[in-house]
Amino acid sequence: MVLAQTIGAALSFSGVGKRYGDGTEALSGIDLTVAPGEFISVIGPSGCGKSTLLRLAAGLTTATQGLVERDARSVGYVFQDPTLLPWRSVQANVELFGELNGLPKAERRRRADEAIALVGLTEFTRRRPHTLSGGMRMRVSLARSLTLEPELLLLDEPFGSLDEITRERLNDELLRMFGARRFAALFVTHSVAEAVFLATRVIVLSPRPGRILAEFHVPFGYPRPGEARFSQEFARIASQVSACLRGPLT
Amino acid sequence: MNGGRTAPRRPWIPPLVLFVVMIGVWYAVSYLLLSPDRRFLLPPPHAVVQVGFLDAANRAELLTGLRLSTEVALIGLAVATVVGVALAIVMAQATWIERSLHPYLVILQTIPILALVPLFGFWFGFGFFTRVLVCVLIALFPIVTNTLFGLLSVDQAHHDLFTLQGAGRLARLWKLQLPAALPSIFTGLRISAGLAVIGAVVGDFFFRQGEPGIGALIDLYRGRLQSEQLFAAVALASLLGLAVFLAFGALSRRVTDWHSTQDGGH
Repeated sequence: MVLAQTIGAALSFSGVGKRYGDGTEALSGIDLTVAPGEFISVIGPSGCGKSTLLRLAAGLTTATQGLVERDARSVGYVFQDPTLLPWRSVQANVELFGELNGLPKAERRRRADEAIALVGLTEFTRRRPHTLSGGMRMRVSLARSLTLEPELLLLDEPFGSLDEITRERLNDELLRMFGARRFAALFVTHSVAEAVFLATRVIVLSPRPGRILAEFHVPFGYPRPGEARFSQEFARIASQVSACLRGPLT
Repeated sequence: MNGGRTAPRRPWIPPLVLFVVMIGVWYAVSYLLLSPDRRFLLPPPHAVVQVGFLDAANRAELLTGLRLSTEVALIGLAVATVVGVALAIVMAQATWIERSLHPYLVILQTIPILALVPLFGFWFGFGFFTRVLVCVLIALFPIVTNTLFGLLSVDQAHHDLFTLQGAGRLARLWKLQLPAALPSIFTGLRISAGLAVIGAVVGDFFFRQGEPGIGALIDLYRGRLQSEQLFAAVALASLLGLAVFLAFGALSRRVTDWHSTQDGGH
């Protein structure tokens, strides 16, 4: 087991492996440190253990090898689906975590109002999820996570089921939230463009069992304007990530 | 296009037409098929209305019976709901509890409760309590199984959501499982509502003692060959079942309006 250097890191994986009960090896030899305020994208082929990485980080499952350490007071987790409670209004959905954590009513109200304003849904607080579009539902889910005032935000392909236009808009918004709150983020995705546009570092995982194949630094600062997507530098990194993802032809 | 089927513009017209046809057939059988001395087998509709409903004394007798049966059915259903949901909650807590209780629930469902009525009467008397008890036993099973199904089919992602916030059993039950199970609970309620009416009316039939409900009246009229009143009583019993079914359908749509329209938003 590798000794993990936790000081100053929001999250660190040292030599982490995960083998499920049925013998499937999902991840192997993962070394990764997420510094406070750092935005890391993780990209890899389907079934490479990306989601397992997040579940390990959140403590929803335990590593069978190595060490996962977190130094974040609060951790937010945004799932692939918005996972809203369909019987609750937008407001009540966003207040859910405050309720579960026993925050006083006024405080959870304040946090919810603030988060809802940040995702631009103030006019929709009384609506229920089934009356909203997919993109709006995902905003509610993001707002709900923001009420935790997270120091670490884990995102599991949150925009995977949205159309391209909505996805780009939500990418811009996520960066705006990142700018406003400065959490550390671990963002799992299938999309190369999304991975590069959002992150300071892009981690490429191999097919199962997932290992870190390569790591790319994205030299753009924040706030990052949407036009960055069309710059030459961006295209160069994206094509490198893409090539690495395709790997040697077999 | 749904397979060549077209939706009529006025949906109440076809059933209305069918209703008129059925009344017509009824009259035809009464007057054309049956000789006057055998007409009591199927008295014409207007005679049923006249004797059963327009005669004040007969009507009072019928309505008193209907009221008793309605009370028995609704109280039985209420008790079955409370007990059934509670049982399902207990069963949802651990597999071993579910496994130990399930066979007995199946037995409860398979034995003919009505055949036990004489025994229950023997133990508890033939009063209101026993009538309600029979109703509860008949109506219990669908509520337990549907509620349990609802409680256990909550999305894993929703459970993860609550786990991440360190939610305990009670918060999970109250804020996640029970609301998520509401549509299933109402499905059970609708089935059980019909069963409760059957339990009240048919159970009554078997009691033969105590204050007569609609079932006892049906038996009485049959014995006395008062066929107009017999038909009126049967019609009332059917209407009671229909009313209860429709009422719970409407209530269910109001309470769980988020359910049917929800499209993958979880």
